[in-house]
Amino acid sequence: MPQRSRSIARRLTFMNMLVSSIALLIAGVAFSAYDLATFRAATVRALSTEARMVASNSVTALLFNDPDTATHTLGALRASPDVVLAQIYSPDGHLFASYSRDGSTRPAALPLVPTGSDEAAVMSTSSIDLARPIVSEGATIGTVRIQADLQAMYLRLLRYASIVAVVLILSLAGALLVSYLSQRAISRPLAAVAESARQVSQARDYSIRAPRIGTAYELAVLVDSFNGMLAEVQARDESLRDARTQLEARVRERTDELRAINSELEAFTYSVSHDLRAPLRHITGFASLLDQHAGGSLDDQGRRYLTTISGAATRMATLIDDLLAFSRMGRASLTKRHVDLSQLVREARDEVSTDIDGRRVTWNVQDLPAVEADPALLRPVLVNLLSNALKYTSTRDEARIDIGAEPHPDEVVVFVRDNGVGFDMAYAHKLFGVFQRLHRADEFSGTGIGLANVRRIIQRHGGRTWAEGAVDAGATFYFSLPIQGAAA
Amino acid sequence: MTADLPRILIAEDSDNDLELTLAALRSHRVANEVDVVHDGAEALDYLYCRGAFAGRTRASLALVLLDLKMPKLDGLEVLRQIKSDPALRLTPVVMLTSSREEVDLVRSYELGVNAYVVKPVEFGAFMAAVKQLGAFWAVLNELPPMPVAAAGGSGA
Repeated sequence: MPQRSRSIARRLTFMNMLVSSIALLIAGVAFSAYDLATFRAATVRALSTEARMVASNSVTALLFNDPDTATHTLGALRASPDVVLAQIYSPDGHLFASYSRDGSTRPAALPLVPTGSDEAAVMSTSSIDLARPIVSEGATIGTVRIQADLQAMYLRLLRYASIVAVVLILSLAGALLVSYLSQRAISRPLAAVAESARQVSQARDYSIRAPRIGTAYELAVLVDSFNGMLAEVQARDESLRDARTQLEARVRERTDELRAINSELEAFTYSVSHDLRAPLRHITGFASLLDQHAGGSLDDQGRRYLTTISGAATRMATLIDDLLAFSRMGRASLTKRHVDLSQLVREARDEVSTDIDGRRVTWNVQDLPAVEADPALLRPVLVNLLSNALKYTSTRDEARIDIGAEPHPDEVVVFVRDNGVGFDMAYAHKLFGVFQRLHRADEFSGTGIGLANVRRIIQRHGGRTWAEGAVDAGATFYFSLPIQGAAA
Repeated sequence: MTADLPRILIAEDSDNDLELTLAALRSHRVANEVDVVHDGAEALDYLYCRGAFAGRTRASLALVLLDLKMPKLDGLEVLRQIKSDPALRLTPVVMLTSSREEVDLVRSYELGVNAYVVKPVEFGAFMAAVKQLGAFWAVLNELPPMPVAAAGGSGA
């Protein structure tokens, strides 16, 4: 596990153990130091007592120059196991009597002790040396020196170290136990919150709640605010879901309605297509049959009536066809692709030029850009605009028709301009309506569906249509096509 | 006129249309005998020689002219039955109808119609259309050979 994401429980355990170890070590060292100092002082005191005893007991031996008695007196030190060496010196520095714990009689070189008025003690790492003058009636008659080793002290030190080690182990075990318990109290609630958070983010289930384990105030606050936050998120999630469900239901409802309306419309156009044309065919058919049957007995006016009947029925059939085509245009599927507008204009021009019949027409076609459109739908737009331009310039000696495009940042505007009869701008809003005409049928032929189709097709491409003109001063028709990806 | 000429069956529910169609055929002197039924069910009865047509002798037809919208069974259903019956599917069937609705066209061709003609409203054009139909299917077009198993009597 990487250092950074070590669990809180382990950190707590580590801290506990570290703190208790340090405390114990400091306590152990301090206590040992104090004890050793005390012990050493006690040893020095004991040696001093012994030296004093030896000194007073060996006065006679020194006065009577009786080393054997002095040696005997020194032998009493055997009772003190610490005493390694004891010696009595005459004032001139000669060894008078000696005792050694291991029985060796070698005159060991005891470190010199500065002889003052009273006794002196010197401590080394392994031993304590003590010297005391032997005094009789105010005169120094010799010196007693005693050396004690510090083995006992080191033993004691070893014992302390062992005790500290044992206590350390016990306290570490205790710290582990305390950690375990504190883990139950602190880290378990935290771990539970962390686990809940993990589950929530994994399952996106905001109904999960962190359990309240333990009694610590801060943890209770943490768990409560975490759960409060979850409740808030859950409530928002649910209201969002509700809103979405409602929205979906509404969309479905509207879609169903639209579908119903659409299929009704389709059924309507289907029946128009089938049933409305049949009576018209019967009118023209039987008018013709009547003409064949009784044409001879009719006068000119009678025959004109028959022709009018047929013509009216035929015109109505054309209107129905136009209306059906217009309706179909609104429902036809739109498949946009890259379209070369110049090519499309060329084709449209070829198509409408069959009606020119020796008229003088000057075409001025600029370079046109490529656009995103459905060519099958855009073609009738151009055919319509060009044929309109030809139609309304038919009274001119020379027709001038300009076709061009103005590129804009988010759309291409295409225009078709003619020098024809134009129109009154006051009626411009009527131009693109179904069956709306600004000229009488005997002036210019047509049903008035063409521009309505143009507008519908351009609108389905997301574009606009408009026109400018003046009576007898020509007209300009515009349509725009949005550039893919420029807007929206 | 010889009775050997294959017959023409017209299925048409409108008497006016029927009269106009027959007038057009007559004026172009189509020699084939024309049988008329008034709905899709009758058309199938005729084709299978059952019901009102139980006594009919089964003979090859030059053409079946079907209207689309007819009572009981419509033209598409009659077409479907003709084209799915091995004994009938070689019979030429032409839709003669008012509608040029795309769905009708697509469905008819899917079912295997031999031609689809929209009745023009203008009578002159209507006459011309029927004339061309008669000339093509009754005169110019060669029928597939009659199946041997067909009921006898073709030489009557």
